[in-house]
Amino acid sequence: MTTIALHRRRILFSRLMLTLTGIAAFVVVVPLLLIFYYLVTAGAQALNLDFFTQLPAPAGEAGGGMANALLGTFLLVFYAGLMGIPIAVGAGVYLAEAGNTKLGTFVRFIADVMNGTPSIVTGIFVWAWVVLMMGRFSLLAGSVALAVMLLPMVTRTTEEMVRLVPRELKEGGMALGFTRWRTTLGVVLPAARSGILTGILVALARIAGETAPLLFTAFGNPFWEWRLNEPISALPLLIYQYAISPYDDWHRQAWAAALVLIGLVLAISLVARFLIRNPYR
Amino acid sequence: MPSATDSSPALPGGQRPVPPPSSAPGGGEGGRFLPSRKKGNLTDQFYGMILKLFGLTLPLLFVFIVLRIGQEARPAMEAFGFAFITSTEWNPVLREFGALPFIFGTVVSSFLALLIALPLSVGLAVFLTELAPRWLAAPIAFATELLAAIPSVVYGLWGIFVLVPFLRFTVQEPLSRRFGDTIPFFEGPAYGFSMMSGAVILSIMIIPFISAVTREVLAAVPRSQREAALALGATRWEMTWQVALPYALPGIIGGAILGLGRALGETMAITMVIGNRPDIAASLFAPGYTMASVLANEFAEATGELYLSALMEIALILFGITILVNIAAQALVWRVARRGGAA
Repeated sequence: MTTIALHRRRILFSRLMLTLTGIAAFVVVVPLLLIFYYLVTAGAQALNLDFFTQLPAPAGEAGGGMANALLGTFLLVFYAGLMGIPIAVGAGVYLAEAGNTKLGTFVRFIADVMNGTPSIVTGIFVWAWVVLMMGRFSLLAGSVALAVMLLPMVTRTTEEMVRLVPRELKEGGMALGFTRWRTTLGVVLPAARSGILTGILVALARIAGETAPLLFTAFGNPFWEWRLNEPISALPLLIYQYAISPYDDWHRQAWAAALVLIGLVLAISLVARFLIRNPYR
Repeated sequence: MPSATDSSPALPGGQRPVPPPSSAPGGGEGGRFLPSRKKGNLTDQFYGMILKLFGLTLPLLFVFIVLRIGQEARPAMEAFGFAFITSTEWNPVLREFGALPFIFGTVVSSFLALLIALPLSVGLAVFLTELAPRWLAAPIAFATELLAAIPSVVYGLWGIFVLVPFLRFTVQEPLSRRFGDTIPFFEGPAYGFSMMSGAVILSIMIIPFISAVTREVLAAVPRSQREAALALGATRWEMTWQVALPYALPGIIGGAILGLGRALGETMAITMVIGNRPDIAASLFAPGYTMASVLANEFAEATGELYLSALMEIALILFGITILVNIAAQALVWRVARRGGAA
């Protein structure tokens, strides 16, 4: 009798705890739904054509848009990619092909540590380096900051993807009499291409949403700007500036900008997600 | 191969710690494909050198970051010495700089966030790996990945206009009225912009990281272990609690520390909701200030060499703490991943 009661109690307890894990899952998903609910309702109201075509209105005035910030975000990410991606892919290939040596282990370790660097620290480092050297805030400094963030991310994903290429493929290249560098460039990298591209896209999506590294590097600019040596605006910077401002109209525009930014980030992430296809699994 | 939903929950941009493959499928020759210096084709040796240069960029850049920030922080180090991290006075006008309120704010907000996030993340991970049917697990896993992709400043925006008012009027004010006089954590007026809001927003932000790592290590628990427990008559929960979770524990701890590292360095979202007042208060309802926040707020306006230098020293301390935390997390996650792979 008592064993049956005990047995029933154990089963009941098991059900209770497993229900609790379900509740935990629910509690985690709720903020996401809430964030998207507010983004879409508040953001869509404020979104209009002006947002994409007009310059920001002076403080306190209604109207205006964020066209220059859109261009700014695009340029910052573009130049960051231009600087960061070639080095990161090279470093990733290095880690994949010589990563089990002592030096390789060390480089991988440093890449992981750099991945955890607070983005504000990256911003301050680039201020102390590029901004002090140039004597001014600039698009260049902002892109360097984003490139420093991108570097360890893309290095590690590239390494993973290159490692997934089967050894037989490499041996085939070598057996045909290719040198090692031709095997890498002609056989290995093409085979890993979609994976590497995915890693790059995900990293670009992430740096496009970064604010902290741009605060003291790109700095922001209320006007059109595209030159490398001038300060430039970016969507995340304007969201921050507008959100902490006292103006209702700016708050509305901050929601609109957040909706656009998250649309951008998610679009890139989703494209990347569907690119993930490892033919060798 | 585990099914698509419970295998390696991918977070954006290599944010999830990837264990180094001990025996790489493509590595060959003890994992070394590049020729050694003495052997091999001349162009290959050249190629090896170029690749090594690319690889060396990262350590060189890392050293440069430490040197550059360290150099800028030197005047403050020389002026205040060790007192910098024990003094609570932060008064730029009087040129008094003590970082303790910021260190306090950073550490307390991060640990509170971990306290909220850890049980939820483990619960979520258990639900996804042990319980949820495929049709439910896949969308929930996808949703948590989305949480990781939302930019920090968007969390901050949502925090200012939704989370802070909610916490203020429905959580803080009732608690403050009822327990304000007896429990110091609930003391004082409910500002909304407070340590509590900061911790809650941080916890939402780090849950995806902790739960992703937890799912990964839970998936690495050998099937035989689970089946043995069930065969001995354990209920599903007993199997999870007494067999699967202990097996995965080092990895879960590693994931938690990784989340802690994220929380420590998080800037925008917490700056927008924590209230930014350099006080050390016991109350969760009082505003606080973190190291990252003071950098974000004051760096652009800092005038005078000493002020800038003091901020640089804060950046250096923050960098140092996150490095240590990340190293600890990395070590733990690697260990459990290796063991899981071998078992």
